[in-house]
Formats: sequence, structure tokens, C-alpha cells
Amino acid sequence: MAVTLTEKAAAHVQNFFAKRGKGVALRLGVRTSGCSGFAYKLEFADAVSPDDHLFESHGVKVVVDPKSLPFLEGTQLDFTREGLNEGFKFSNPNIKDECGCGESFNV
Amino acid sequence: MALLQIAEPGLSTAPHERRLAVGIDLGTTNSLIATVRSGAAAVLPDARGRPLLPSIVRYLADGRVEVGYAAEARQSEDPKNTIVSAKRYMGRALKDVAHAEHAPYDFVDAPGMLQIRTVAGVKSPVEVSAEILKVLHARAEASLGDKLADAVITVPAYFDDAQRQATKDAGRLAGLNVLRLLNEPTAAAIAYGLDNAAEGTYAVYDLGGGTFDISILKLSKGVFEVVATSGDSALGGDDFDHRVFCWVAEEAKLAPLCAGDMRLLLVKSREAKESLTTHSEARITAKLSTGEFVDLVLDSETFCRITHHLVQKTLAPMRKALRDAQLGVDDVKGVVMVGGSTRMPQIQHAVGEFFRRDPLNNLDPDKVVALGAAMQADVLAGNKPAGEDWLLLDVIPLSLGIETMGGLAEKIIPRNSTIPVARAQEFTTFKDGQTGMSFHVVQGERELVSDCRSLARFELKGIPPMAAGAGRVRVMFQVDADGLLSVAAEERTTNAQASVTVKPSYGLGDTDIERMLRDSFEHAKDDMHARARHEARVDAQRLLEAVRTALNADGALLSAAEREEIERQAAALAAVAGSNEHRAIRQASEALNRATEEFAGRRMDAGVRRALAGRKIASLDL
Repeated sequence: MAVTLTEKAAAHVQNFFAKRGKGVALRLGVRTSGCSGFAYKLEFADAVSPDDHLFESHGVKVVVDPKSLPFLEGTQLDFTREGLNEGFKFSNPNIKDECGCGESFNV
Repeated sequence: MALLQIAEPGLSTAPHERRLAVGIDLGTTNSLIATVRSGAAAVLPDARGRPLLPSIVRYLADGRVEVGYAAEARQSEDPKNTIVSAKRYMGRALKDVAHAEHAPYDFVDAPGMLQIRTVAGVKSPVEVSAEILKVLHARAEASLGDKLADAVITVPAYFDDAQRQATKDAGRLAGLNVLRLLNEPTAAAIAYGLDNAAEGTYAVYDLGGGTFDISILKLSKGVFEVVATSGDSALGGDDFDHRVFCWVAEEAKLAPLCAGDMRLLLVKSREAKESLTTHSEARITAKLSTGEFVDLVLDSETFCRITHHLVQKTLAPMRKALRDAQLGVDDVKGVVMVGGSTRMPQIQHAVGEFFRRDPLNNLDPDKVVALGAAMQADVLAGNKPAGEDWLLLDVIPLSLGIETMGGLAEKIIPRNSTIPVARAQEFTTFKDGQTGMSFHVVQGERELVSDCRSLARFELKGIPPMAAGAGRVRVMFQVDADGLLSVAAEERTTNAQASVTVKPSYGLGDTDIERMLRDSFEHAKDDMHARARHEARVDAQRLLEAVRTALNADGALLSAAEREEIERQAAALAAVAGSNEHRAIRQASEALNRATEEFAGRRMDAGVRRALAGRKIASLDL
């Protein structure tokens, strides 16, 4: 199982990397926090550690640290617009429930 | 489900703890709001995709308020209640406003700031601006899906205190937490990434709707320093509209117009101006309330001719700014164009010719300031990793100065100076033969040191003994980009030096600063009296000192009676010199001055005789 990006998400990621002018990959991860247990991590990565799992989706390099991977297997990252708001959205098959805001979740 | 943005490495925030920060360009004609998302600054458009919000507010009789395009659409039919260019009136009294008689408003002159009578009551420019900010605030929260934490609002570089305060008040009234007011040219330079560029000097030419600003920024080691600013706070795109309007009125031989027709023709004039940026001629048609028709064609040549003097008017401040910065045109490495009015070809041409280089204009001149403000807000909100959080440009919240004789605070760096900043002032020795000088660094707006906050003390030693006033000590105040103040003193003839470093804002919270400012306003009158009293005391001491020295040196020039009279007056002055009666001190000082007049004259003659003794006229270098 891999971690993937939709084509739209990939295009936005590439655009953001171009504007930022540096970075080697997009880092996805989870950490414990938030109102229902876990929270997503979505960051620019300037370095990849040897432990990281590397994926590639629509030309975007994605890294996930080994601890996060079990919680992210099969996840797809999308870019959507909701009214005036726009941003990235995780579709994660592993989660049982999420808090109302969707920023944190349970597995 | 909340939508996520890409964070900098290691800076993912915990859920519900994102600090959403925006930059706002509160312009005369248009306002914008921008934020940094996934590392990129972008202007937030409204639901219809329009990035600009016309800075126009219309008050309705039922208490409703229309802002932006809705208000703009109704401005010609309801000019009295539709406030445009409110920024021109921020912190201004009626007498400060150019062309007030041309504005269709019912002004109410109030102390400090004028107000405008509308159908919904009397409104201050601060309230009008707050309506604009409220709309942007709501737009940002809808766009970012969360509560807004912080905002940076931009102001023209030379907005004075009252204007800056009014802007901050408007932000607060709109429910924004204003982290900082940022100077517009600095924001533009940040947007152009000049902070990443090589070192050098840049000029920012900002011709907005109502203000013209020219700023010379010096960039060294990634730090901006505003070396000079100049401009005209009453010159902008509005004036070009007005020129076209006058041309129309003249060409069409129009009688004096009612407010509605005036507004209509001003809108048409503006449309024509904007059209001439890309076309060689523009047609102006309007049907006036009198039934008259206006149908004219304005070509770009005529437009250039009737606005030539306005373009020329921007050149003098440019020369002045360069002169103040002690730079020549060739020292400027790049010119940034800001403000929608810089789209006019004649402006691009004039600026290019002046600086002998093509101006930087690849970013949308309407957006640059908002983008730069958003980038600054992002850094201030803590969304950038250490090392990339470029040095912040801040202003000094309270004046910095030193204590001078008599417990008076001499301000060296006035409050609201942007940092980094360096200022120097020269002081002289107070007593004959003085070999040291002690410095007391203080911060505050009050006149007396005892009412200001003490920051540091240090001493300069090794001044060679000289007559009072002959020793020249240069005191240099320098505040770096981190707000660290260093003060150095140097005696000019011997180069004896001493210095101290302090952090001025340490321990001073917003409430302290507010209280200190309030105190300074409330006590303005007391302070003036206190200052007068202290000055009288210091002058008295200096006079007594001088008389004593003179009596010791040339007492022989006086008869016993004369000497007795001088001693009597000196004693009288000494008796009141320490009191709080500054009038009594002044009177006694004057009496002593009069009593010593004759003595001073004789000393002068004696001095000249001594100097000339034994010399021939021819040997004198006259």
C-alpha cells in the first residue's frame, strides 16, 4: 500500500515548491495530539532521513516516517476548495472517527 | 473537515492552534487582504474572485452599511453618504485636507480629526476605515476556515503619529489584533524578495490613490534600513482623476455641478484614465442630472499634457530623498513600482528616465504591499523556522533619549521611528574643566526624566579640561533590527569613547506603553511648566557658575561697590535658584545679567588689550 496524491494535489504541491524555491519532498505524518488522538502532519521536507519511506505520485516525492506509516497506508491527499477556503484534505482508510474539525482523528 | 496547508519542516501546528495571520493594505482607493498558505503569499479574493475591495463605505438611513463595489455603484446617486478615500482624512483636521471644498461631504470639524455627517449619524474616518477592515476580516475567516489570530496593516512611510494611531484604532474597532503597522515601501520590498537579493540600495516609488511615497531602502546582510523617505501625502491617482474631471468640465463648458454629477464625472474620468494605460484614447460619455450630455474623447497625448505637472510633482520628492540619503541616481540598484497609478505609461517613463533604468514592475502593483504585509505577518505569527524569520522591521514604541542638566529628557530617537535606526546628537560640557560626563538613557514621552523609564547609565571619562561649552561630545543612539539599543558617546577632540547596550522594550508591555502615552497626553501642560522650571534652574546655575569664574579671574576690574552689587544679585539668584518659582528665577537671573553687563564689557576690553599688547597693526591677521 502506498500513500498517493491526486493529480490536483500534486499540481498544487509542485506550485508551492516552485514558489518556495527549495525542498526535496513532501512530508506526511501523524502525531499524537488534538481532540481525538492523532493529528496529521503536512510539511515541506528539506532533508530525507534513511528511515523514511519514499513514495512518488504524479511527479511529487512523498516521504513518511516509519512510525506514521501504519496510520497512513492507503491514504490519498487531495486539494479541494470549500467556498472561499482551499487546502489539502486527507482521505485515510485507517481512521475510525474524526473530530468535528477533521484536524485530528482516531484509528 | 478542515483543509490543511503545507507547513515549514517541523512547524506543523497542533489542531486548533494554527495562528492565522494576514497582511492588509488599507489603501486610499482600494484595500486588499493577503495571507501565506503552504509557504506562498496570496491575495484573498472575494466570493466573486475579485481581489480588490474598493475603499468605499456607504451609510444608509436604516443603519445598514455597504462596503466596496456595492457602495461604489451607488456613489454618484448618494455622494453625501458614500465615503471614498477616507484614508486621506485619517488623523487629519479639516484644515489639513487638500481640496476639501471639492469633496461632496458634510464635514464636521472636530479637534484632532474631522468627521463626516451622514444619514446614519456623524462618522469619523476611523469608523469608516473600520467598516472596510471588517469586510476584509470576514473575508479572511471565510477563506481560511478559522478565526483570525493576527494582522499586519500597512501605512505610508511618513504617516505621522495621529495617522498611525487612527489606523491602529480602526483595526481594533474591526476586531483585528494588529500585530504591527508596516510601512508600505518596506512591505513592497519584502514582496519583491529584495530581502533575498544581493546587498544594495533600492528605491520604492509608490503612487497610490491618494498618497505618493518615495523611499530609499538600503539592504545589507538581509536587513532593510529605510535611509530616506519623502513624498506628498496629498498626491495620488485621485488627482489625475481630478485633472481629467477639470478638463471635461472645461471642454464641455459645464456650469457648476451638483454633488451627484460631480461624482459621476469623477468616476468617468477615472475609467478614462485607466483605459489610457492600454489604449491611445478613451471616450467619456455621461448624462447629467441637468439633462446635458457629455461626450468627449481624451487621447493619451492630451492626458499626458494635462497631468504633466502631477508627474513632475513626484520628481522633487525623489531628488530630495536621494539628497537626504546622500546618494546619487547611479547608487540605486533597482526601483520598485507600487500602487495602481504606476500603471500609467507616463509614470513608468518618467521614473525610468529619472533613475536611468527600467523599474521593477513584474508583480501586480496593486497587490505588492498586501503580499509583503502577509509575509511579514506570517513571520510575526511564528510560522517560519528560526534562521528564515528575517530580521523584523519594527518601530520604536516610545521615544529614546538621555537626561540633560536639570533632569530633563532630551529625545534622540522619536517614537515610531522604524528600526534599525541610528541618530546622533552633540552635547557640550556644562562646567569649566569638566573631565567626565555621565549619561542616563531614558525612554518615554514625558519631559522630565523622573516621569520616564530609566534604561541605563554610563560614564565618559578622559575629556581634557576645557572651558564650559567647548568640549563637544557626540552621542550616538543605535537601535538594531532586534530592538537592541546601543548608546555610544565620543568626545570629538580626544576621541575618548564610552558605550552601553540595552534592550529598550524589555519589560514594557502594551499596557505600560499605552499608560505612558496616555500620561504624556494628560500631563502635557504640567510637563511644559515643569520643563520651564527646570530650564530656568539650569540657566541660573550656569549663570552663577560663569559669574563666579569671572569674578575670580578679573575681579580686579571692579570697584568694591560694583563687586558688592554683583555679589548681592548673585546671592539673590542663588537663594531662589533651587525653588519651583521659575518666574522668580528668571527675574533674578535677569537682574544678575544686568548687574554684570558693565563688568562683561570691561572684561572684553581687557581681553582685547591683552591680545593686542605689543603687536603692530600690520602683524594682525585681519
